[in-house]
Amino acid sequence: MIHISIKPEIVFHFLGFPVTNSLITSTSIVIVFFILSVYFYYASMSGHSKLVFFVRFLISKLYDLFKPISKEKTDELFPFFASLFLFIILSNWLGLFPGVGSIIIREGTETIPLLRGSTADLNTTLGLGLTAFVLIQFYGFKFLGFNYLKKFISLGNPIAFFTGILEIISEFSKIISFAFRLFGNIFAGEVLITVVAFLIPALASFPFLVLEIFVGFIQALVFSMLAAVFISVATAEHH
Amino acid sequence: MDVEAVKQLGTALAIGLGAIGPGIGIGIIGGKAMEALGRNPEAESSIRTTMILAIAFAEAIAIYALVVSLILKFT
Repeated sequence: MIHISIKPEIVFHFLGFPVTNSLITSTSIVIVFFILSVYFYYASMSGHSKLVFFVRFLISKLYDLFKPISKEKTDELFPFFASLFLFIILSNWLGLFPGVGSIIIREGTETIPLLRGSTADLNTTLGLGLTAFVLIQFYGFKFLGFNYLKKFISLGNPIAFFTGILEIISEFSKIISFAFRLFGNIFAGEVLITVVAFLIPALASFPFLVLEIFVGFIQALVFSMLAAVFISVATAEHH
Repeated sequence: MDVEAVKQLGTALAIGLGAIGPGIGIGIIGGKAMEALGRNPEAESSIRTTMILAIAFAEAIAIYALVVSLILKFT
């Protein structure tokens, strides 16, 4: 039977904390990201290599993408959106790499994969969703002050009071929808590729791999665009 | 019916029923986007991005159903 597990497997314990296979992947992405950005910093100081131009091209394209949404606040918010986008797209694509999910180690009596795509784990996506949620509230308070709370608590008339309660609920449902959208898409893609590779061993899963590269890009785009849209809604002056 | 059979039925029903609404929705979104494209062909790039965003929203509903059925199936 094919090995599909909805929760990540614990590979080892570090100081009493369980370290799962998806945590290994996301930590390695963060380290690679860090090394790349330090390298980019020094390379852009000393001259112009191909990598510097490529990274600058990518960042300016991303900036053009978020400029129409968050308008004059783009300069302040762009680092968050761009790092969200780049982290999610790298996680999604690393999950499709050969070796991720196919390197098996023995743990006690059962075998588990050493690496697992980090966004194919609900913990990672829930963490990202919570980060986005906290930042939406933070920027709401920062740009509107305590006027931001008027959207949620208004004692003027009964209808406004009731819609305030609905707003609070919809605010919390954003976490769930952020987390489940990303997790569902990526995990479903992994299950699809595994099942197709199980049914037809050679070449049949190739078109699905291409589809998953596209889905990984779209989901990263959707996640960061939604965060941008929600923040611009939360920071807009309402009348 | 025993528990295992009901679980299998629930898995299939969750994704099967959950895919109806998003299917209709994505069809409407695609159709409307093409209508807009026919009226205003030079707005292609902005229509494409907003269409993909809207499709991702509609698809998310199907993904919730899929998550429910995956949880039923693999836990």
